[in-house]
Amino acid sequence: MFRYQRELSVALAYLLLLGLLWFCAPKFYQGDNFWSVLVSSTPVLVAGLGMTLIILTRQIDISVGSQFAVCGVIAGLTARAGLPLPLVWLSALGSGVVLGAINGALVAGLKLPSIVVTLATMVTYRETLRWALQGKLIGGLPQHFQWFGLSQLSGQMVIVGTAGILLFAFGWALSNLAAGRMVYATGSDAEAARLAGIQPQRVTFQVFVLMGLLSAAAALLSVVVLPSVDPNAGRGLEMQVIAAVVVGGTAVTGGRGSVCGTVIGALLLSTIGPAMTFMGVAGHWEKAMQGAIILIAVASDAFQGRGRSRP
Amino acid sequence: MIPLLAINNIAKAFAGVQALSGVSFELRPGEVHALVGENGAGKSTLIKLITGAHQPDSGTLTVQGQVVTDNDPVKSRGLGIACIYQQPALFPDLTVAENLAINLERGGPWRIINWKQRREQAQKLLQRVGAKISPDATVSQLTMPQQQLVEIAGALGADARILIMDEPTASLAEAEVANLLNVIRELRAQGVGIIYISHRLEELFGIADRVTVLRDGSHVTTCPMSEVNQAELIRLMVGRDISAVFPKQEVPLGEIVLEARQLSCAESGTENVSFQVRAGEILGLVGLVGAGRTELAKTLFGLTPADSGQILLRGQSLRITSAAQAVSYGIAYVPEDRRRHGVILDLSVSQNASLSVLKELSTCGILSSRRERDLTESYVEKLFIKTASIGTPVGNLSGGNQQKVALARWLATKPAVLILDEPTQGIDVGAKAEIHRLMGDLARQGLAIIMISSELPEMLGMSDRIAVMRGGTIVGEFSRADATQEKILHLALG
Repeated sequence: MFRYQRELSVALAYLLLLGLLWFCAPKFYQGDNFWSVLVSSTPVLVAGLGMTLIILTRQIDISVGSQFAVCGVIAGLTARAGLPLPLVWLSALGSGVVLGAINGALVAGLKLPSIVVTLATMVTYRETLRWALQGKLIGGLPQHFQWFGLSQLSGQMVIVGTAGILLFAFGWALSNLAAGRMVYATGSDAEAARLAGIQPQRVTFQVFVLMGLLSAAAALLSVVVLPSVDPNAGRGLEMQVIAAVVVGGTAVTGGRGSVCGTVIGALLLSTIGPAMTFMGVAGHWEKAMQGAIILIAVASDAFQGRGRSRP
Repeated sequence: MIPLLAINNIAKAFAGVQALSGVSFELRPGEVHALVGENGAGKSTLIKLITGAHQPDSGTLTVQGQVVTDNDPVKSRGLGIACIYQQPALFPDLTVAENLAINLERGGPWRIINWKQRREQAQKLLQRVGAKISPDATVSQLTMPQQQLVEIAGALGADARILIMDEPTASLAEAEVANLLNVIRELRAQGVGIIYISHRLEELFGIADRVTVLRDGSHVTTCPMSEVNQAELIRLMVGRDISAVFPKQEVPLGEIVLEARQLSCAESGTENVSFQVRAGEILGLVGLVGAGRTELAKTLFGLTPADSGQILLRGQSLRITSAAQAVSYGIAYVPEDRRRHGVILDLSVSQNASLSVLKELSTCGILSSRRERDLTESYVEKLFIKTASIGTPVGNLSGGNQQKVALARWLATKPAVLILDEPTQGIDVGAKAEIHRLMGDLARQGLAIIMISSELPEMLGMSDRIAVMRGGTIVGEFSRADATQEKILHLALG
């Protein structure tokens, strides 16, 4: 029970918010409001999955927004060129892997600090896109590109379903695969892990590659929503994603946290906006509320950490 | 003459263990007073009582005729007491002048710094210790002996009348030692009292006026340095029969499991090391701090791979370049400094125990929680690990039990060779005895064990053979029957 204390308290906060909505703005539960919150939060959820792994290994990746944009653009360009859909997906996911591998090689191979590496790649990827596309949207996509060629509702179901499967699979893997244990060990104490025969540099590299792959997956799930691809997409995504992970109880010092927490954290943060609208609070308070939630989450972590201090 | 410092009948206990009892000590102005004893004899505790890091349980501390009560580090510095440790404690990215100023200049955070004066004062102090160092040099660019001189200069600047030097020469070369000793003679002539701790006994005969010997927390003797010789001094330090404390199991020795041939590694400073260990044998590696024991262990374990020479496991030559590889060959290393890297404090007992055998516990990468639990429970039982549950974070366990968890992890890999680095450091007497018993059991099961320990009695009690290291190489070996503390110390001191 103690182990999931953080996740439980975030879940409790989320339930509280939902309960408050039930009483103050029952209209929220009518129609498909909840469904659209779910659909719109899938990019954050899927990228948050990768970020959970990254933060668990005591690293950070702030280039996710740029990776997301690059992969989305590549999906758009390949689709416009007339490639069949599976190849479109493969090329987007492949470029995600390459982008993640670049970050991973710089952090794990050259042992550079991840915040600096990913800050540099964030700017580089973004500026390259701007230079290549001059900020133009990629339109003229084939019919079957949007909603995977399905109806809007079926398309949304595929998006949420895919995210759900990914979340479940990674959540299960983290606690049941030997590889998951290595992630926790590396994040808790990389030197001790090395002495135990684990190769922390390898774990770090692989985690960055997965982050790239999941950024690409998030991009794929998000580009199908609109008729054209925006190369400016994903600006600020890194902050949303990191916030979801941190609010979800993953320790920024590594080694502690779970996928489940990230899911609740992401949902909590993305429900706040619509919830405030329904309760009649001015929309510009949304970011401030999100900020406050992040602060509360981090502060409560600090207090708990203090209580846990060892002899 | 009033002594600079007088300690009368002082006693100190930690958690029921008597670290010092009835110790008296006196330091005169213009005297170099050597303090000697084995590891654990109470030297460090005595120093910490003087510098105010600890408070005595009973007894008095007098500085220049004034009884000091409620001593603390700030108070003792105000009384003119300064301590210089083996590792200089300077700010590496600041200049020499800035480092000196931190302790010397008074004033609020908004005062304006007079850089010219700061440089001049630094210059003056550096001259006093005969150091040819620019006040503008960045500390990280100085050599170790230069940094020590800066520390001594800082102590003098703070008007230290009592200077404590804890192993100041441990990491210095001969010429640097000679230079440091000249500085000490200079200070002595200026009336400073110096308490000098060193494992290099021959050095003491050249510099000390008097010597005080501590053993097991008690005061053995204080006499002029000229009245003792090195052999007598060693006997005074050791002075007891310890073979009965460590019941050694008689184990028939098997084949040669691990052999090193002319092993060298520039990175770790290991030079031309050759040795063998047999199945069932415990090989002790002794040496002073910095003799290269841990470094050798790290080379064997692939953390600092060897540049030349051979490592043979059961006669087969191996090239070990990473810890993961060493583990796969059946070499296990329980590191020194268990609290930092031996176990992962955040992870549970079972997660720690299974960390090195994750592959063996999984099928197609999927970890079997049942097999993990069985493994952990069997070791909790075998090693008598005291824990609330196997899901408890290891950080919540006592030191001895943490050490057993570290041991459990390695035993789970079914190693052929077990390297134990300071296995009983900082754990209580009961847990220590259990670890010793376990080592005996493991040897009987045919494990080859290499043990590193700074505690000579433990070494003599547990080892079948003792290899003495100095300067990164093995300088001699004793069989269990031949080994005595005197012989080992003579060889280790060089």
